[in-house]
Amino acid sequence: MKPSIIIQRQDFSVAEEYQALMNDAPSIGAIVTFTGLVREFDDGRGRGLFLEHYPVMTENVLHDICQQAHKRWPIIGSRIIHRIGELALGEQIVFVGVNSAHRDAAFDACRFMMDFLKTKAPFWKKALNESGDYWIDAKQSDQTAKQHWQTD
Amino acid sequence: MLELKYFASLRDQLNVSDESIEWQHMQTVAALKAHLSTRGETWSSLLNDQSIQVAVNQHIAFDHSCINDGDEIAFFPPVTGG
Repeated sequence: MKPSIIIQRQDFSVAEEYQALMNDAPSIGAIVTFTGLVREFDDGRGRGLFLEHYPVMTENVLHDICQQAHKRWPIIGSRIIHRIGELALGEQIVFVGVNSAHRDAAFDACRFMMDFLKTKAPFWKKALNESGDYWIDAKQSDQTAKQHWQTD
Repeated sequence: MLELKYFASLRDQLNVSDESIEWQHMQTVAALKAHLSTRGETWSSLLNDQSIQVAVNQHIAFDHSCINDGDEIAFFPPVTGG
């Protein structure tokens, strides 16, 4: 099954994505999904995020991440949605979903895809704050998480 | 011509999102950075910051990566998606 990669402004439905992953039944025994949300910040003064991206390269990188996951684990379907533009607190930002025959591959592949998305996909978050907007810095912990997956 | 793009905080600091420049037979990303650095201290210090990343034709590249006439080259800070 070809990976599904979508980048869009509008909100997405986790139920619909789950249903799409369900379509591979009964050859699958496991579905694992992750949803990232806009969390409150700056002691309540933050009002949301702005997501910028590099069109075309974003899709390329997300496809590559899925291809790597499919090569490394026996997963059947993979779906990524990432929103762009202005998002308010509590809104959904990103969805990653994977299915496979058994749960180990689904859990690991989903985690792998998120860890690599965080460090490789060309998106940038700007914090929207009443006192002034600012670009969010990349976190060292995300780089460390990616290293967990190194095979050599 | 080279199509140059700048994203996020880097774009804000340089005050340009995209531009076209003559290739001038620059062979590598490093050569391009050196050329852009002649624009002044701001360009020099920002582009040569270790954390700045480069993509050539939408693929991650490095200082030693080759560039050619017609390439799209993007400069950006560490990514923060997800």
